[in-house]
Amino acid sequence: MARKLAGLAVTLLAASFVIFGASYAAPGDPVTFLAGGKENLTPEYLAAVRAQYHLDDPFLVQYGRWLGGAVSGDLGRSLQYNDQVADLLAARLPSTLALVGCTAVLFTVLGVGLGVLAAVRGGRVDAAVVAGTTLATSVPPFVVATALISLFGVRLGWFPVMGGGSLWHLTLPAVTLAVGALAVVSRVTRQSMIEQRELDHVTVARASGLSERLIVVRHVLRGALGPIVTMCGLVTAGMLAGTVIVEAAFGLNGVGSLLVNAINTHDFPVTQAVLLLMVTAYILVTTLVELVQPLIDPRARRPA
Amino acid sequence: MLLSVEELTVEAGGRRPILREVSLTVGRGEIVGLVGESGSGKSTIARSVLRLLPQRARVSGRVLVEGDDVLAMGPEALRGLRSSTVSMIYQDPRSSLNPVRRIGDFLTERMVHTLGRPKAQARATALELLAAVGMRDPEARLRQYPHELSGGMLQRVVVAAALAAGPSLLLADEATSALDVTTQAETLALLRRVQAERGLGMLFITHDLHLAAAFCDRVHVLYAGTIVESRPAKELFADPRHPYTQGLLACTPDLGDPRPIRPVPGRPPSLDDAFDGCPFAPRCPHATGRCESARPEPVTAGGGAAACHLLEP
Repeated sequence: MARKLAGLAVTLLAASFVIFGASYAAPGDPVTFLAGGKENLTPEYLAAVRAQYHLDDPFLVQYGRWLGGAVSGDLGRSLQYNDQVADLLAARLPSTLALVGCTAVLFTVLGVGLGVLAAVRGGRVDAAVVAGTTLATSVPPFVVATALISLFGVRLGWFPVMGGGSLWHLTLPAVTLAVGALAVVSRVTRQSMIEQRELDHVTVARASGLSERLIVVRHVLRGALGPIVTMCGLVTAGMLAGTVIVEAAFGLNGVGSLLVNAINTHDFPVTQAVLLLMVTAYILVTTLVELVQPLIDPRARRPA
Repeated sequence: MLLSVEELTVEAGGRRPILREVSLTVGRGEIVGLVGESGSGKSTIARSVLRLLPQRARVSGRVLVEGDDVLAMGPEALRGLRSSTVSMIYQDPRSSLNPVRRIGDFLTERMVHTLGRPKAQARATALELLAAVGMRDPEARLRQYPHELSGGMLQRVVVAAALAAGPSLLLADEATSALDVTTQAETLALLRRVQAERGLGMLFITHDLHLAAAFCDRVHVLYAGTIVESRPAKELFADPRHPYTQGLLACTPDLGDPRPIRPVPGRPPSLDDAFDGCPFAPRCPHATGRCESARPEPVTAGGGAAACHLLEP
């Protein structure tokens, strides 16, 4: 456990360095934005701004100052909004988390369901599931979003097309995101089930007169759970950084739109904080998946 | 008769059938051995008794358990047969148990989910069974996972589970082959004891002719999907009639016997080797032209039967 935590800390540190270095190396100078208008672009004024924001310090000094702040919870001030970055994140995070949460529930239930259906039924059902989910995943999310908005939002008027705040608002965006994950989740479920089904102990269970439904639930799906949980966790973790397009399409004020906006305006503190948050979330989710594995498979438990 | 296999032929795409007109019987309280090399179709016979054959297999003949034809019965009757009449014990106990479920789940699953007994009663039965197969501290075993037990212990668990529903027929498919010698002896003694106590019929499948001769009442020798010799165990061992059985017995070294070990020449036939005559003819030291062209029929020999042209009067 201590080793795991230490590994987590080292990964975060390395990620923070890469994030800071990337935004430092990015083209464009934040000073030009900070200065305000063209009339302010005098060398003296720029130098003053640089000094005010510590932009003239060496790279490592800047990194050290930022890291020190980040560790103590101070992520700096946004250059654009002049707000605390932490406050900006706190305002945006809930809607992104709610969106990702809804999506995770959707693609887990539908993806695993379709995968089980494909594995158990086989034949045409299997082919239809594989083809259908592949097609659904290969359509880009902005197309799915547009189609859903025009059908369910405008034509039928069942769901709101803009904004967040309720489950009802999140339905269409969550469906859009979930559609992209269906293929991989259902495929992993199907493959894992097919592998498990071939194992001897499943035949043994069948030979003891267990009904086919119970064999699937108690033995095949139960044994296939490891890869399914891992894949669902990874997809969810990846989604935390991939909500940009859907947030833009449905006018959600989430972390994704904050990030894009920050990048466009060279708002370094916000960019860095959002990226760091995404990396942290990814690492947390994957660590969680790792911690869950021994609960699924007793062989992965360490001998006490 | 408890188990009666009649003219069973199973084909699954090869150039010759996996089984060809196999007939055998197992009575109550009787241990019948089934001996053959790998690929001879031994396991297919056991599987057909539980109708666990691959879907593409073409099957003809009858497999009667207590008078009912397994190959023709409906799904409900088949589940009833699998859950309460016939139990199978497999070669590798480690792969017979679901690695992520507890021993207790494995033992009570059949009782709770197919026979509909209450959980508490199933648990009590499981404890009794574990004690009956000689496991110490059965309470603790129920909570353990398969990877925490040794192969010999697991095979005891498998035997206990096989007895759970009070079956009348046991199918032991290489039940001791994957165990080391001491656990093998323990498991054999255990099988013999439960068989005698409960008056079970047992089909004992092995590749070891010596073991079969020592353990069984009658022995069938299987070669390339056909039964080549069926004899009472002692007589088969003392006086094998079919050249293949003679070859099998000559394969094993004997203490105090200076004879050199003579392996059966050639290789076991695959499913792509088709035969017009006797399937053993290509490997038989006594084969004649007739052996290559005409299939031998079983003839009475030494208290049983053997299918060989050389024995024909």
